[in-house]
Amino acid sequence: MQYLPNIIFAIALLLGIGFFVMNIHKLSRNIKLGKDVDRTDRKPERLKNMIKIALGQSKMVKRPFSGFLHIVVYVGFIIINIEVLEIIIDGLFGTHRIFQGVLGNGFYAFLIGTFEILAALVFVAVVIFWLRRNVSNIKRFFSKEMKGWPKNDGNNILYFEMVLMTLFLVMNATDTAFQQAGIGNPISQFIAPLFDGFSAETIHTIERSAWWIHILGILVFLNYLYYSKHLHILLAFPNTYLANLNPKGQFNNLESVTNEVKLMMDPDADPYAAPAEGAEETVPEKFGASDVTDLNWVQLLNSYTCTECGRCTSSCPANLTGKELSPRKIMMDTRDRLEEVGRNIDANGGTFVDDGKQLLNDYIKPEELWACTSCNACVEECPVNIDPLSIIMDMRRYLVMEESAAPQELNMMMTNIENNGAPWQYNQQDRLNWAKED
Amino acid sequence: MTVPTMAEMMAQGKQPEVLFWVGAAGSYDDRAKKISRAFVKILHQANVDFAVLGTEESSTGDAAKRSGNEFLFQMQAMMNIEVLNGYEVKKIVTCDPHSFNTLKNEYPSLGGKYEVFHHTQFIQNLISEGRLKIDDTTLKGKRVTFHDPCYLGRANEVYESPRNLIKRLGVNLTEMKRNKSTALCCGAGGAQMFKEPEKGDKDINVLRTEDALETKPQIIATGCPYCNTMMTDGIKFKEKEAEVLVKDIAELIAEANNL
Ligand code: SF4
Ligand code: SF4
Repeated sequence: MQYLPNIIFAIALLLGIGFFVMNIHKLSRNIKLGKDVDRTDRKPERLKNMIKIALGQSKMVKRPFSGFLHIVVYVGFIIINIEVLEIIIDGLFGTHRIFQGVLGNGFYAFLIGTFEILAALVFVAVVIFWLRRNVSNIKRFFSKEMKGWPKNDGNNILYFEMVLMTLFLVMNATDTAFQQAGIGNPISQFIAPLFDGFSAETIHTIERSAWWIHILGILVFLNYLYYSKHLHILLAFPNTYLANLNPKGQFNNLESVTNEVKLMMDPDADPYAAPAEGAEETVPEKFGASDVTDLNWVQLLNSYTCTECGRCTSSCPANLTGKELSPRKIMMDTRDRLEEVGRNIDANGGTFVDDGKQLLNDYIKPEELWACTSCNACVEECPVNIDPLSIIMDMRRYLVMEESAAPQELNMMMTNIENNGAPWQYNQQDRLNWAKED
Repeated sequence: MTVPTMAEMMAQGKQPEVLFWVGAAGSYDDRAKKISRAFVKILHQANVDFAVLGTEESSTGDAAKRSGNEFLFQMQAMMNIEVLNGYEVKKIVTCDPHSFNTLKNEYPSLGGKYEVFHHTQFIQNLISEGRLKIDDTTLKGKRVTFHDPCYLGRANEVYESPRNLIKRLGVNLTEMKRNKSTALCCGAGGAQMFKEPEKGDKDINVLRTEDALETKPQIIATGCPYCNTMMTDGIKFKEKEAEVLVKDIAELIAEANNL
């Protein structure tokens, strides 16, 4: 019986971590549904980006107020993991505050004292975040795509953090021996008096309950990540590492198109020639993207990394002027559809069975896509280097090259380029007229 | 105005220092043609040995690419590359950030590798090489604000050369609240220039013009023919044509130097 708590703890830990690992597998399976893209080059530059942007939060602080609060929560999160480590060791081996003995009173006091202060700061930051999200008039928190789950998700995370921080402080406050030692309790010493009238047993029970709920809460939170925009706390790192390093204006040149164009332009090429001996009969590639599986895996990773902060949308000229387009919605739609495809695969024993839906039209309407000016403001703004524009462009490519469904005026523009070498209907022979006028 | 073509140069067995890529707007659009002419005057003043492709130039394909027609883009690109490589072009300068971006970033992997300059970069080089001086008295003290073109700024991180030139005019340069990497698009990019905007509650160029007007400018300086059109239309919409001019940096320099 004596070992019952340790056994329960070990089982809870195993279940929590096991379930998490399972979901991570699913996540990586879903991401791999995307087409391949090579991001193995320029490693030092990538590492630098990751350190600067994900670890150093350099893009967060472009909006100083939320950036600062975010850093508080982020630092709190990282450092408090040391405390979680202690809890895990204590839980597994039935010890109590194992680090106190290992590290010595002085250092332990410094450590736990820091955690307590951080916990209090995180609490305050989270309350401010909640107020911004729910009662301020910051437009990006109240857009259309933020109704329902996205809104609740944002709040859930904040509630989680409030509760976890409170439990941590209560746990310390009701640890009588810890309070009496008077080391590392800069915040909890003010909470301890609240329990003054209680019996020693009750206080101990409260301490144990807080301890248990705290660690179980962390395990639940860990598993909540997969279902939440909060996944960014993990994916921000690979996402910034893998981000596009080329100039933002440089769009990729589709290789499949290059091959066809070369054939078309080569007077010696025989379009009816049989494929060379040994060459496989390849299925003609689909141009552009109409569903998530047409996107590349970095774009899919992007969708899981999106924190739904809406910084992209709040800087998008199309969105600012009331058009349907919201780059944040593009990312959320991509993730929603990818999740749907993933569930479909799970339900059908590992293969995708056509569900008559796709990203285009069922999630993202052409009207949204055509409103984009390709200005890159969304890409510039994103604190975790997501590129919504690349998805918009790939979907436009599908609309134009597979469906010939561009707006009429754009079709005219393209015809003009084809016939006159200019988007307008002018004769190419007049190209130098400007030099003769004045 | 003498504007030599590559074909003429070749006939004389000459290779110019730089090719001026005029672009479709700069060739055909009445407003943008003035920018092309202003730039040529500057080239003449600095004794730059340049040439244009003239009737051999064709659309870079930027608008086609950004509207999703990769086929048309690559066809245009390969045709242009054939012409450019045929003339052994090494250096290109253009007043159009869209051509600049496409030639610089998207042509290389299709076989067209050139050193490409935006005209503001090129002019800045002329100045630092001592080949050109800007008269800082003509426009002295005017309030000027600069609108960053997306395809020069964010797309290629060229923020300083246009500002550097404007400051040399002796004017009072003020920044809009959204500037450099956070600048707002004029609304023309991504082939929007060639279609009606999607429905919304305002046109993008009007919003951007409002950004500019907040700085109480006498001149809105631009570095892109499309931005120029959009801002000019915005000023008309706001009925401010009497007070605010929209001018390309090349035009401002030509004016300052009495060209
Ligand atoms: S690139 Fe498109 S989606 Fe992104 S901010 Fe500009 S207009 Fe909006
Ligand atoms: S794409 Fe980036 S900026 Fe936009 S909502 Fe997602 S995380 Fe925020």
